[in-house]
Amino acid sequence: MTNVPLGMPQLPAPDYPADVRERLAADARQVIARYPDSRSALLPLLHLVQSEEGHVTATGMRFCADMLDLTTAEVTAVATFYSMYRRKPSGDYQVGVCTNTLCAVLGGDAIFSALQDHLGVGNGETTEDGAVTLEHIECNAACDYAPVVMVNWEFFDNQTVESAKRLVDDLVAGREVRPTRGAPLCTFKETARILAGFPDERPGATEASGGAGPASLVGLRLARGEAPAGRVVGPRAETPPPRSTSGTPEGHPSSHDAPESTAASDPAHPTGPVPGRGPGDADDKRDDKRDDKRGDRRGDKRDDQGGAKGGEGR
Amino acid sequence: MTTTESAEKLLAPVLSAFWDEPESWTLETYRRHDGYQGLRKALAMDPDDLIAFVKDSGLRGRGGAGFPTGMKWQFIPQGDDKPHYLVVNADESEPGTCKDIPLLFANPHSLIEGIAIACHAIRSQHAFIYLRGEVVPVLRRLHAAVAEAYAAGYLGPDALGPGKPLELTVHAGAGAYICGEETALLDSLEGRRGQPRLRPPFPAVAGLYACPTVVNNVESIASVPAILARGQDWFRSMGSEKSPGFTLYSLSGHVAAPGQYEAPLGITLRQLLDLSGGMRPGHRLKFWTPGGSSTPLLTDEHLDVPLDYEGVGAAGSMLGTKALQCFDETTCVVRAVTRWTEFYAHESCGKCTPCREGTYWLVQLMRDIEAGKATMADLDKIADIADNINGKSFCALGDGAASPIFSSLKFFREEYEQHITGRGCPFDPARSTVWADDAGRSDDNAHLEVNA
Repeated sequence: MTNVPLGMPQLPAPDYPADVRERLAADARQVIARYPDSRSALLPLLHLVQSEEGHVTATGMRFCADMLDLTTAEVTAVATFYSMYRRKPSGDYQVGVCTNTLCAVLGGDAIFSALQDHLGVGNGETTEDGAVTLEHIECNAACDYAPVVMVNWEFFDNQTVESAKRLVDDLVAGREVRPTRGAPLCTFKETARILAGFPDERPGATEASGGAGPASLVGLRLARGEAPAGRVVGPRAETPPPRSTSGTPEGHPSSHDAPESTAASDPAHPTGPVPGRGPGDADDKRDDKRDDKRGDRRGDKRDDQGGAKGGEGR
Repeated sequence: MTTTESAEKLLAPVLSAFWDEPESWTLETYRRHDGYQGLRKALAMDPDDLIAFVKDSGLRGRGGAGFPTGMKWQFIPQGDDKPHYLVVNADESEPGTCKDIPLLFANPHSLIEGIAIACHAIRSQHAFIYLRGEVVPVLRRLHAAVAEAYAAGYLGPDALGPGKPLELTVHAGAGAYICGEETALLDSLEGRRGQPRLRPPFPAVAGLYACPTVVNNVESIASVPAILARGQDWFRSMGSEKSPGFTLYSLSGHVAAPGQYEAPLGITLRQLLDLSGGMRPGHRLKFWTPGGSSTPLLTDEHLDVPLDYEGVGAAGSMLGTKALQCFDETTCVVRAVTRWTEFYAHESCGKCTPCREGTYWLVQLMRDIEAGKATMADLDKIADIADNINGKSFCALGDGAASPIFSSLKFFREEYEQHITGRGCPFDPARSTVWADDAGRSDDNAHLEVNA
């Protein structure tokens, strides 16, 4: 009988070094104590292990399973369902460009496309220096500030192609970057710790960027008679405007990451084994709600002609 | 048709009334604006009377469905031995919806006070805020506000009276639109994949940990303290008989002044646009959503529809989350619907076949249509697929996916056909960007790099 490699990870995954494990276990016990049922702590614990390694590894999942008395299969099923858990080493700064309809139409597609060219990476890919991971995200509940870019889940409102390029340049150069709403950026790992339920201890972090953003206040200001009134314009155009000669994308104005291949059939697909990772990474064979159904060709720049959307989570 | 009323008369800031204070999110600011006065009144009431009070106020859920909040509370069985839970749905992810996030960023204590009131009513000792994970600035302020509330005794061992504790846990999600569906949210909060549950049993009977659970939207709960403090009559003086009260309208898209507008229910989009400066200069409204992408889109024919539950329903759509996404004549409706459809396919949890398969195939067909590779028969096919999702999927995500397809075909079938006969999209996406009209409107050359 010949051995047929199935791409399955070696189990069990290696454990954390003792000191790391002890530290994380103390944190985990705090998290678990918040819930009447320990399993409720799973999502925060996955954020916690992500704050240790920058992505959710098989080791991290094993740790969660141990802490909660679950199987690693149960933990893997959850970790692969949610788009905020990264499954491969990624950058310190996760730059997410909203390309849901409203932001896309208002400029998100152009921003995403320009950032891919500017950084030389595709969707879900990381710059060589490990600083920036670029992805497109879904609606982030800031439509009145469109187009929106999120960095480590802090708001960068009302972006343009130029401002977004400056933003990633600053991130790559290591300059301090302040969001329009949120605190001065910390790294992705530090952000993940806040998400695990450990408040940001930096002085001024909660106060940073002040009260509500400007768009949140327009109604209030009008109600106080502080701004002039305008007029609504009449009925919509009978026919669409003609196609302009400049700035017309080749082919498709919308995105295309149509499934043409699956993870199983396309070794280049990021759902497949990730090169350079140790044995025992249980997430090599993934159980992803998205990847089950559609082989999004994340990272394929051809797909992102007009700004892509689809496979990568918010 | 024309509006002569002033903005001062048309708008009614309540939750947003002090968002412009320098530290609007703090307990100190909240108290200065009568914060926790509603709780004081509520704690003096018998829980059943409190439920009746909220029910009589006519407050309806602000998360989309419009279910009467007091009635939801009333469904919780009393005298059982099980713990009761309140779970606040702060998983605001519906495309276009952006009200709860600014509310929590600027005024988190209104939610915490509402939670304490609701827990007194439903006799709960433990509440949860399920906040979507992708909004760390809001998480920070919730952490801070909850800590302040514990320190001040609004939460903790004797929060609801001597020996009547209240614990509040802030829980960050991890990125899944489906978790906004209340039973998927409960599964997620239990540490599972966020997939909806079969109903019955409803959460009021078997919710979190199979115990009686109320799941309410952020804005619904945050509206309760003001109703307690200022009374039912005040609340009912706004809106209509069936849709009383104030609410947050979120104006976005190709409008002159996108943002939050808190007003009595029943204001019209025309009034909101009139008072806020209308569409961006030189452009006309083409289509809009009354309450996020899952609500059938409307056109300029519907500018005078009262934006309340009944009014929008009568116009063939739904009030939803009052996310008024406005698109002007530069926007290709096929592109917009394609993108929303991609969203629903991406976010389908995969549990039921109509939604999982239907949204997948809708995406394939919509992309073909947009690219000019489709045939006329494909238009009937997308309508047919949408019909096979709508009402036949396990949860409302499927219905939401069908809405943009149906409504866009209804109002813009001609535009779909143009994509087919013209073998491509007749629109230039560069014209619909926010910066398209900058630089002296010389749209040639100015945006050569804007190739999207």
